[in-house]
Amino acid sequence: MSACTDQALTLHAFVDGELDAVNVLAFERHLDVCDGCRDEIARLRVLRARLAEPATRFTAPADLRARVRAALAAADPAADQAALDPPQQAPQANRTVYDPLPGGPVAASVDRPATSAGRAASVESSPERAQSVVRPIRSVRRWSLVGGLGSLAAAAALVAVLYVPSAHVEDQLVASHVRSLLADHLLDVATSDRHVVKPWFNGKIDFAPPVVELAPDGFPLAGGRLDYIDGRVVAALVYHRRQHVINVFAWPASGSQTGLPSATTAHADGYTLMRWTSGGLQFWAVSDVDAAELARFRDAFEQRAATPTSESAPATNGGSQGRANESPVGRG
Amino acid sequence: LKQRFEEVVLPYIDAAYNVARYLTRDAAAADDVVQEAFLRAWRGFANYRGGDPKAWLLAIVRNCAFTWHTAAHSERTDGAIDVESLGDPFNETPEQAASRRSDANALQTLIERLPEPYRETLVLRELEELPYKEIAQVTGVPIGTVMSRLARARQWLIDATERPQ
Repeated sequence: MSACTDQALTLHAFVDGELDAVNVLAFERHLDVCDGCRDEIARLRVLRARLAEPATRFTAPADLRARVRAALAAADPAADQAALDPPQQAPQANRTVYDPLPGGPVAASVDRPATSAGRAASVESSPERAQSVVRPIRSVRRWSLVGGLGSLAAAAALVAVLYVPSAHVEDQLVASHVRSLLADHLLDVATSDRHVVKPWFNGKIDFAPPVVELAPDGFPLAGGRLDYIDGRVVAALVYHRRQHVINVFAWPASGSQTGLPSATTAHADGYTLMRWTSGGLQFWAVSDVDAAELARFRDAFEQRAATPTSESAPATNGGSQGRANESPVGRG
Repeated sequence: LKQRFEEVVLPYIDAAYNVARYLTRDAAAADDVVQEAFLRAWRGFANYRGGDPKAWLLAIVRNCAFTWHTAAHSERTDGAIDVESLGDPFNETPEQAASRRSDANALQTLIERLPEPYRETLVLRELEELPYKEIAQVTGVPIGTVMSRLARARQWLIDATERPQ
């Protein structure tokens, strides 16, 4: 039983709600007498339901959002350049109905006053920090607020945290943590075997984060991924605590940060961040577990990272763990 | 102006990425296309005259994807649609092959195997939920063409999903 070929387009327009009332009535009368078209509509609805599932969509990766924001923030000086040298983009325009490209100089001259006004406004909103943060970083942060989960309330709360330069990092960490849960991008490498996770990072980042198994402490390792924080690629380790997820971000500490004490921040969005430094790396744990539990996690993590002996995983390649970095042990 | 851009256009980054990803069938290229599209959108934002911002942005994304395609396949002279070079389902990148092996992505892979004009029409309609009229504007073809492409794309997907693997 097949659908009527002469009704095919009407049938799709009917399903899409694109028919006007007269045609809807006419087609409904046709459906009353045509099993083929009814079956076809049923099949179409099944297909459309599957297509509508979130898994069918691709979601912008976290680092792309960061790159777009950074590129847009940097686009103001570039607008001057475009004004001087407009033809670079223009010839490529395709023949669509919308032509997005402006005449170049016009757009550039309109951009600039508006943008500096925007900057002035953003500086006003938190004057106490205005002098300590360089401009590009500020505008990146503004983007991250608008594009993600940020709110003015969060920004206001963060003004009060311990040391100034990291406030926007914390925003990014929380945003990244949440995105990792939302966007099905929790894990690039999904395994509880730290001997897989650790070598996976080799060659992807220029440092070797300690990967420890904390299942005996109640924090089983779930895997790892790469993320993008504060303008650089960082390692993210993912642990579970019952139904909760703990993201641990690690990247090299810059000189002035190595001596900082570990710190806890209750973020305005309800997440807890905990920072510590060890072995030249800085670590940020982000989770929705409470601060006490996150502190236990940090202690366990530090303790096992500090003693990379074979005691936690006697079965696999115990001997090579001490010099953990280079060779992809346990794979070959 | 920038603040308006942030509020009006930036929220569609997921839509932009989704379309770019299906048009290029390549994660890295989709990244580049989205980044370029937002820069172009920002430069053109002063000339933006209302209308659905999502459709406006997706039209730019589509242009950028064609630019990428032209650069990647230099034998092609313009943005003309070349079904032969795009429609071969067996000419997969390793990445597409990997995603085909994963059941969760089976439907994504089927969509990626649609020839180009059908693929973009289907994605704009089913995933981005644009009405026919806006799809016609974004893709620069009459509504009747949108309707017939959509019908064929859906029919192909129904056949492909009902066929035993």
